Amino acid sequence: MSLTYLEAIREAQAKALADDPRVFIYGQDVGAFGGAFKATKNLAKEFPGRVLDAPISEDAMVGAAIGAAIEGFRPIVEMQFADFSTPGLNQILNHAATLYWRTNVPCPITIRLPSGGTSGSGPFHSQSMEAIYAHYPGLIVMTPATVEDAYSMLLEAVAIDDPVIFCEHKYLYYHLKAAALPTEAMPVGKARIARTGRDLTIVAYSAMLHEALAAAEEMAGEGTEIEVVDLRTIKPMDTDTIMASVARTGRLLCVGEAWPWGGVAAEVLARVATEGFDLLDAPPQRLNAKDTPIPYHPNLWSVHRPTARSIVAAARNLLRM
Amino acid sequence: MLQTVESREQPDVVSSFREQYLKAFRLMLLSRVLDEKMASLYRGGKIHGGVFLGRGQEALSVSVGLSLRKGDIFAPLIRDGAGRLAFGEPVLDAVRTYLGSALGPMRGRDGNVHHGRPREGLFPMISHLGAMISTVNGALLARRFLKQEGAVGATCIGDGGTSTGAFHEALNQAAVEKLPLVLVVANNHYAYSTPNSREFACRDLADKAIGYGVTAHKVDGTDLEKCLHTLNEVVAQARGGSGPQLVVAQLLRLCGHGEHDDAHYISAQLKQSRLGRDCLKVAEDHVLRRAWADAAAIQRFREEAALEIEQAVAQVQREAAPDPYKENWCALASRHLSERFETPNSGP
Repeated sequence: MSLTYLEAIREAQAKALADDPRVFIYGQDVGAFGGAFKATKNLAKEFPGRVLDAPISEDAMVGAAIGAAIEGFRPIVEMQFADFSTPGLNQILNHAATLYWRTNVPCPITIRLPSGGTSGSGPFHSQSMEAIYAHYPGLIVMTPATVEDAYSMLLEAVAIDDPVIFCEHKYLYYHLKAAALPTEAMPVGKARIARTGRDLTIVAYSAMLHEALAAAEEMAGEGTEIEVVDLRTIKPMDTDTIMASVARTGRLLCVGEAWPWGGVAAEVLARVATEGFDLLDAPPQRLNAKDTPIPYHPNLWSVHRPTARSIVAAARNLLRM
Repeated sequence: MLQTVESREQPDVVSSFREQYLKAFRLMLLSRVLDEKMASLYRGGKIHGGVFLGRGQEALSVSVGLSLRKGDIFAPLIRDGAGRLAFGEPVLDAVRTYLGSALGPMRGRDGNVHHGRPREGLFPMISHLGAMISTVNGALLARRFLKQEGAVGATCIGDGGTSTGAFHEALNQAAVEKLPLVLVVANNHYAYSTPNSREFACRDLADKAIGYGVTAHKVDGTDLEKCLHTLNEVVAQARGGSGPQLVVAQLLRLCGHGEHDDAHYISAQLKQSRLGRDCLKVAEDHVLRRAWADAAAIQRFREEAALEIEQAVAQVQREAAPDPYKENWCALASRHLSERFETPNSGP
């Protein structure tokens, strides 16, 4: 039996609903229809009254989740696409994220964002929004890159007493498979060395992990050993693991599918430059999507975001510095 | 779907209504005295940030608070000091929040009108208008999951707040879920300085209700008797399973948006109209006319209110302010997941 990343998300939600009566799911088309991507397939039937279709009202969806959380519930909100979480930003950033700080009452809500690009999805169905959410205090931001993490981190997200932004990558939904669900997991906030190497560190997360791994594989054929760090969680960020890797390799390339300005890659570089400047043998580099809206046509899209090919080019350049 | 509520004149009902009216009147008085004290502290430079009064809106606000009971949910807005006291919020919570006491419910982390006790059903507002409506909806959904039917959630907003997307989304959501929500709109005719004519184009805000499939109620917000009758009835309807209720009250704010604002933009014509009446004076005249209390008793009420506020302020002024060096600076309940961003020591 094998299981996709998407099925792992569905299974995690089924387990959360089964294990904890305080969990419910709220989002557009999540009920009988099973969600736009089928991440809640059959859950409405298996858990009657606990998987609720919402009107197209992202602000009110999150507001209601906050109210239910105050009353002791642990709602999961499904945004149909990460891009559509923007109408809910006010409730997420100004209400959910401030509630505990202001009142001492925790706000344990999980907001699932089907994130990132797939071919042909265009400007409004492709966005990676983790940096916006990570910028605001009071939120945990997760970006699982593997089937195992999609499952275990979603269960962790529901269990955490704070609002969690769960960025699940749509490209990985069907492309990524695992033999079975994991029985154990790394702690939240801990990055993982996805591939060891001594010449250069690539820090990546979500779908970019796989582009980075492909790049590392290609360069291994040329005798270059690249270490790949999977951040897993954007916030909190595991600076120690990044720093330890840079200490081994002396070179850093951070790859993100999101836009460059003030993003996760910029944060990683800032941390390494401020805290580990003496570990570096060359200026730290980043590779992000181009600073334009995300294009529709596959030809344009193929060069808009980083790919294994552009990562290889950036890594070669960095090794020459 | 517009309903008006008439008072019933049965003797026991009249007697209990008299009690409720007197209670409401005394809470309005307390709220007014509290407001005036906060304004005076503000003018004396003792309060940081703004001070926002409920002057002119106490009759409506107190009626919302008094119509609710323990176990209900109340998300008050900026001018709901009277409603908060009526719902049971201690005077100290308001004073401590304005003065930033470390012992207050917000511990100096949030101020002025932003206070509450979420776990006791009193939700502290965020500044973004309309946001509290769907939050109350969610709490009511939770009660439904728990099969705790019979609880009502009430929240207040102004005429300006009805223009937000959050208002629309949340009222629609409440209607779709048939929640026992009471949404009270205090139409004080100005959103800060913006008049109704630049805020909406419908004839009456109550007309919005039918578009959402909810029941509307209109009330004169300067008349405590009418406000109490309306809110008592409306809350009972919500509690009885009639779904969301929209109450639209006409009144005027008899002060600036905040104490920094002289409210010169409020039209003289409106001020001289029935809406410009001071609801507290109207209530006092009503009490005297019905001989529910005499002038001496009302004077005593006033003195007791002043004493209570003075004592609360004196107590809070002796309390410690929050200490920035003892603050944990952690926005997360999961303390172990917080990050530290201080610049590391560079060392010798």
